[in-house]
Amino acid sequence: MALTMLYFAWVREAIGTGEEQVDPPATVTTVAGLVDWLAARGGGYATALGEPARLRAAVDQTFVTLDGSIAGAREVALFPPVTGG
Amino acid sequence: MIRILVSPDRFDPGAETARLEAQDVGAVATFVGLVRGDGGLVEMMLEHYPAMTGAALDALAREAMARWPLKTVTLIHRVGALVPGERIVFVGTASPHRAAALEACAYLIDRLKTDAPFWKRERFADGKARWVEARVEDQAAAALWNTAAARPD
Repeated sequence: MALTMLYFAWVREAIGTGEEQVDPPATVTTVAGLVDWLAARGGGYATALGEPARLRAAVDQTFVTLDGSIAGAREVALFPPVTGG
Repeated sequence: MIRILVSPDRFDPGAETARLEAQDVGAVATFVGLVRGDGGLVEMMLEHYPAMTGAALDALAREAMARWPLKTVTLIHRVGALVPGERIVFVGTASPHRAAALEACAYLIDRLKTDAPFWKRERFADGKARWVEARVEDQAAAALWNTAAARPD
């Protein structure tokens, strides 16, 4: 299942890109699963995604919790807790 | 009416307030957030999720309009590099009555801090930089609006 991944703030900096296409296996069905699958790449991915509790996510531009499904998703964003306002 | 602006450009609070006043209302409340120069801060960089930000702000404005009798909500949030003293954010509400305008304005700035995809990065005079961490107090302030005691009715 081809997905567009977006990364923001220190997640983007650690991974070294703000956007990429990925193709996770069918066994990856949730945001948390996707985070683990990406973190297993090591390097900057492990640095950015190794502590899922520090991450927040959006699926197709809607905030979700990490146990949220990625079934049918086209775009998944991973980022730290927001700090606007 | 909902007015949402997300832009690197400066905004004019006077002009925005005048827009709100032009809606034949009895009360206008506004909030302006500024960059603080604490600790030798020289630049605040605002990053956001361009494809999502407008919709997220629109959803917050709609929630406020469903909760209070508002004629207009204006939400303006700047992005990009800002220096101390610059305006970051503007929240404006217009209503027939002051309580609705004031409460909705406070609600919107609280929710903006926890429910809109913005991230701040601070750069200091000594060359150090860091991403601002989300504050527990901000989460608590936003969550308070979910309790029965804070509901206007």
